Amino acid sequence: MNGVHDMGGMHGMGPVEIEQNEPVFHAEWEKRVFALRLAANFHRKWNGDMNRHAVERMPPAAYLASTYYERVLFGLQTLLAERGVVTREELESGVAAGKASVPGPLAAEGIETMLRNRKAVRRGENVLPRFEAGDAVVARNNHPSGHTRLPRYARGRRGVVDRDCGVYVFPDTSAMAGDPRPQHLYSVRFAARELWGSAANERDSVYLNLWDDHLDPA
Amino acid sequence: MSDHHHHHDDGHGREHDRPLSGPALRVKALESLLVEKGLVDPKTLDEIVEAFETKVGPRNGARVVARAWVDPAYKQRLLTNSRAAIAEFGFYGYGEDMVVLENTPKVRNVVVCTLCSCYPWSVLGLPPVWYKSAPYRARAVIDPRGVLKDLGNAVPDDVEVRVWDSTAELRYLVLPVRPAGTEGWSEEQLAAIVTRDAMIGVAEVTVPAGSRR
Repeated sequence: MNGVHDMGGMHGMGPVEIEQNEPVFHAEWEKRVFALRLAANFHRKWNGDMNRHAVERMPPAAYLASTYYERVLFGLQTLLAERGVVTREELESGVAAGKASVPGPLAAEGIETMLRNRKAVRRGENVLPRFEAGDAVVARNNHPSGHTRLPRYARGRRGVVDRDCGVYVFPDTSAMAGDPRPQHLYSVRFAARELWGSAANERDSVYLNLWDDHLDPA
Repeated sequence: MSDHHHHHDDGHGREHDRPLSGPALRVKALESLLVEKGLVDPKTLDEIVEAFETKVGPRNGARVVARAWVDPAYKQRLLTNSRAAIAEFGFYGYGEDMVVLENTPKVRNVVVCTLCSCYPWSVLGLPPVWYKSAPYRARAVIDPRGVLKDLGNAVPDDVEVRVWDSTAELRYLVLPVRPAGTEGWSEEQLAAIVTRDAMIGVAEVTVPAGSRR
C-alpha cells in the first residue's frame, strides 16, 4: 500500500539523532508490549507479514506521531481482533468473555525455540528462478492497496540482479491471504542515479531484496 | 482498530504510585486481558524481556566481527555462508538468514529498513530508536552521504556507498574495516572496540583513546 510507512526518499523528517548509551527499552510498558507481541505470535494465528501489514495500516497521522512501540501495540490489537483471537468488545472493555481456544500459552522454556524458528520463511521447494546474477531487470510499476515489499522509490526502475538468495515466502501474498507463494528472492542493485537522478553520486547504489513477482526482464 | 482513549483505566485494583500514561495504561489492560484469556503467561513475558536485555545485543555481533578480523578462514566462511558461520557461536535464539557485507577502504555498506524496522536481532539485539525513526528510514536511501556526514563520518568522494534496504527476512551485518594500530590484539580486545553503529554501517571502528594493546 502507498502508505506513510514507505518512507524511503521522503524529505523533511529532520536529522538523525543517535542517543548515547541507549537502553534496550525506555519504559516498562515498552518491555511488556514487546513481550506480549512475541508471546501472542506463538499461537500462529498470523504471520510476520500480516504483522507488518497491520502496523502499516495505522492511520497515517497517527503512524507518524507514534513511537515504535505504540505502533507495535496498534498492530497487536488489530491482529488479535481481526484474527478472532479476542473480540473488539473484549479489547474495549478489558474483560475476557471466556478463555481463548488455544492449547496454552508460550512457556518460558519455549522462548528460545520460538525465536530460532521465527524466521523460517526460507523454503525448500524446487522453484525455478526467473533470473540469475547479472540479469538486467526492471521493478514492476504496481501500486497494490495491500502489503508489498517493493518500495515506491524503486517501482519502474532498472537494476541488475546481484545474487539469487534462494526460495522464500512471498510477503505480498503471505500478508494478505496467508498464501506463501514460494519463489526466488534476489538482491537487486539499483544505481543511485537511476533512483534519485543526477544529483546522486555516480558511484553509489541501493540494494533491495525483491522477489520474482516484483521483477520483469529489462 | 483505533486507539481508545477511555480505557477502564483500572478497575483492576491498585495502581502504581504514579499515574500511567496513555500507552502504559493500554498495554497494562491488554496484558490483563490476554492473561485472563489464557493466551500469555506473565512469567514468560518477564523471561522474554530479560532475554532481550541480557542475552542478545551488539556484543554478539562484535564477537563475529573480531573473529573475522583475526581468522581469515572464518572470514571466508562468514562472507560465503553467513548464516552457518554465525551459527558457530551458538547465540541465543539465532535463526536468521544473514548476509555479511564487507567494508573495504573503497566500499562502505549502510543498512536500513525503509518500510519498517528489520534488523538482525540475534547478533545486534533490538534496534535503537534512531534506526526505527522516520529521519533515518527516509534519508538513508536518498542521501546516505549526508546522513553519514551529519553523524561525523563523512565518506570521501572516491569511496563507493552501498545502501542495503532490508526488505526481506534476510538480515545484514556490516563487517567494518579493522582499524590501524590494532595489530597483535586478541579477539577479545578487538571485540571490545566494535560498535553497534559500525555493524549497521553508519560508523567506522576506531581505537578509543586510552585503550591500547
